Amino acid sequence: MSQMHGSSIDDLNGDVVATRLPPGVVHLGRSLVALALAFALGAVVMLIIGRNPIEAYSALITSSVGDKFSFGETLENTTPLIFTGLTLAVGFQARLFNLGAEGQLLMGALMAAYIGVSFNAPAPIHVGVALLAGAIVGGLWSGLAGVLLAFRGVHEVISTIMLNFVAFFFINYMVTGPMKEVTELDIPQTAKIAGSAMLPRIFPPSRLSAGLIVALVTATAVWWLVMKTPLGYELRAVGRNPDAARQAGIRPKRVTVLVMMISGSIAGLGGAVIMTGLFQRYQQGLNPGFGFTAIAVALLGRNTVPGVLAAALLFGVLAQGARGMQTIADVPTDTILMIQALVIFFVSTPHLLALFKRRRAAVAAEMEA
Amino acid sequence: MPVTPIIEMSGITKVFPLVVANDHVDLEVYPGEILGLLGENGAGKSVLMSILYGLLQPTSGQILINGEPVEFNSAHDAIAEGIGMVHQHFMLVPPLTVVENIVLGAEPKRSGGRLDMETAAKQVAELSRRHGLEVDLQARVEDIPVGMAQRVEILKAIYREARVLVLDEPTAVLTPQEVEGLYRIMRSLADAGVPIIFITHKLHELIGVCDRITVMRRGKVIGSVDTDDATPALLAEMMVGREVILEIDKAPATPAETVLVVDGLTVRNDDTDRTLLDNISFEVKAGEIVGIAGIAGNGQDELLDVLSGLRMPEAGTVSLGGSDVTHADRRKRIRLGISMIPQDRQREGLILSFTIADNIVLGEHRDATFATRIKRNFEAISSYARKLMKAFDVRASDETVLVSNLSGGNQQKVVVAREMSRDTKLLIAAQPTRGVDVGAIEFIHRNIVDMRDRGTAVLLVSTELDEVMQLSDRILVLFRGRVIGEVSGDEATLETVGLWMAGHREVSA
Repeated sequence: MSQMHGSSIDDLNGDVVATRLPPGVVHLGRSLVALALAFALGAVVMLIIGRNPIEAYSALITSSVGDKFSFGETLENTTPLIFTGLTLAVGFQARLFNLGAEGQLLMGALMAAYIGVSFNAPAPIHVGVALLAGAIVGGLWSGLAGVLLAFRGVHEVISTIMLNFVAFFFINYMVTGPMKEVTELDIPQTAKIAGSAMLPRIFPPSRLSAGLIVALVTATAVWWLVMKTPLGYELRAVGRNPDAARQAGIRPKRVTVLVMMISGSIAGLGGAVIMTGLFQRYQQGLNPGFGFTAIAVALLGRNTVPGVLAAALLFGVLAQGARGMQTIADVPTDTILMIQALVIFFVSTPHLLALFKRRRAAVAAEMEA
Repeated sequence: MPVTPIIEMSGITKVFPLVVANDHVDLEVYPGEILGLLGENGAGKSVLMSILYGLLQPTSGQILINGEPVEFNSAHDAIAEGIGMVHQHFMLVPPLTVVENIVLGAEPKRSGGRLDMETAAKQVAELSRRHGLEVDLQARVEDIPVGMAQRVEILKAIYREARVLVLDEPTAVLTPQEVEGLYRIMRSLADAGVPIIFITHKLHELIGVCDRITVMRRGKVIGSVDTDDATPALLAEMMVGREVILEIDKAPATPAETVLVVDGLTVRNDDTDRTLLDNISFEVKAGEIVGIAGIAGNGQDELLDVLSGLRMPEAGTVSLGGSDVTHADRRKRIRLGISMIPQDRQREGLILSFTIADNIVLGEHRDATFATRIKRNFEAISSYARKLMKAFDVRASDETVLVSNLSGGNQQKVVVAREMSRDTKLLIAAQPTRGVDVGAIEFIHRNIVDMRDRGTAVLLVSTELDEVMQLSDRILVLFRGRVIGEVSGDEATLETVGLWMAGHREVSA
């Protein structure tokens, strides 16, 4: 009940409304501080192993955004992270931790591969159906976790992670069995999808596909949903205070299932996008980790749509620039993983930053709260 | 008076970036007295006490103890100088025993630094006996009732040889009997040389227990009065800054058609097999206020849950305007015209991290005025919120302020404004004035009566007997899940209703 983070005067003297910084600015500031700390620690580690951090970071930049090809590839890396970042952010808005973005994404990808391989249709329809089918499958997959939570009380963190494994093994079965490409070579993969089911490449020579546009449209739609629609209001209300929401006639169970479905369908759509845009066939072992990096993306982006877009771009840069860092500055690519992990660490420990504030104000606030 | 005050706070000023929370405040506490510190939420009482307890440092001014200036940089300094404080929310360690909590941080030790719990228990038992502070020394704090936890807090302060004891809203969590007990303890302590500063915003608590009352308003001390000269009306006026009507003036009710019929309602707890509501039946007509009195925990929570649709009864029916709504969910009941001011505004009534505007439309957020399926109408929401804020005197700079930044009284007004502005047949008001100050109480009571006069049926559920007595046209008393008595508002006396609340039916029959 106590709001411990506010400046002391708000809590001590309720009638006074302090004009402090808007929460968006505070969040941005905190994210930037976390980033700076992560990069600084990364630099320290490079110095310890005898590398030049300035050289490494400039290599990171030039090889990710330095030329047209790199920039396109960076954006191609960014695209799925936008989808999975949004997946988590939508869930977080209703205080639901959908950690199953990976499984939902892969199920969506598999479905898109199936549509792409098994049917023929004119291009816009074929690719459209593939994307839609991917979204639906992703939504149903996470909806399962939503139903389990709403009606059986199964915590969504457990069920979504478990459903990831179910998805991995189901997909393994499909690509080594029913959906396996029939060739003389015994390769566990599906056939290549039809040309009509492929998203066009929009930034040659890079592999960047029109999937980026789908991602930006989805981001806009999610922003609209959360901020502008009555459903978005309800999902935020349920996330913040389910008792008050119920008292106001909102049905928390229904909202929970719906949010989980929406969240998973975004991941499923992302899977369909990478299938129709980048991979073009489902190969066994496809395990890009987008669903897990998404946790960092959503955290760093503070679960807001603009934040997720920015954070996805940052992680896209890191992924693309890692190789450049290795070849140019001889810094292992694992350093990037370390920096990513540090970002998560600093973002999820806001109290670290609060140490700079006067502790006494918090104690006083607690008295009144 | 030539007596030196034990505590003298002189010219205390505390400036925060946007507000002067304390403005040249003078406060003296004399030996043997109980001093009431009265003021509305946000008047600066808590800031002043935080300064006394070392949690905040004054911008200017000084504190004298027995005439000697002292400077507190932390609560530790203040405790060392004999300032004891019992917070509204207890600062106890639940898994530890009572005696362990009391001596925590000041434990008697044997040679070699080993704990000497026997000596500790002996010392605490002696203190407890001397001041009538009954506690079960070996019980774990998590198992003891709230009233005892409070006595543990008081013992903790006395054990640390407090020279003055500050009690912050101590009665908010107590039953009437426990309140009586607390007053006796306060008097005993004051007589034994530990004066008390008693912080509250409830008027009737002060008169009768305090010797002197100091009133604060907007960061300043308005004045101090001896209790003998104080009347509730005088105190209210000092506190609010204008005359306050403590007794609501209302015309006789003109009940019309029956709105709510509750028939044979029974609720059981499956786990304990206890009957929580036992065959309750009553009616509420349009244009009347029916008050449900009773000590907390006698079935009010269950009745409210059933009426609002959050809980299904084991037997019995609820009907609204002739149609059976026993099994209708909350959403449907809202549509049929049941408004509800919930007992606990922060848990059930508000979404604290939402703006005032978003809270004001909560429950009506899908109405055609405020939204289509795909877009909320923010202009309509804002202007409606501004209108209600004005009508219900919600004090904030505008409707985009987060409700978590409002005082308790203003938060309650947001809930009241929302629920009372609906086009509704039945208003269920549960503890409608809990934790709000006297000016706001008057305002909320006035609005409840106005709603009745416009033809709304009102069901008032309150553990504040004064409130039920003042507002109700008919009073029902709940005792252990049954309606133990019913009386019309004119004929009700405090004695009768009080006896019923304690379960004595036959005496008054």
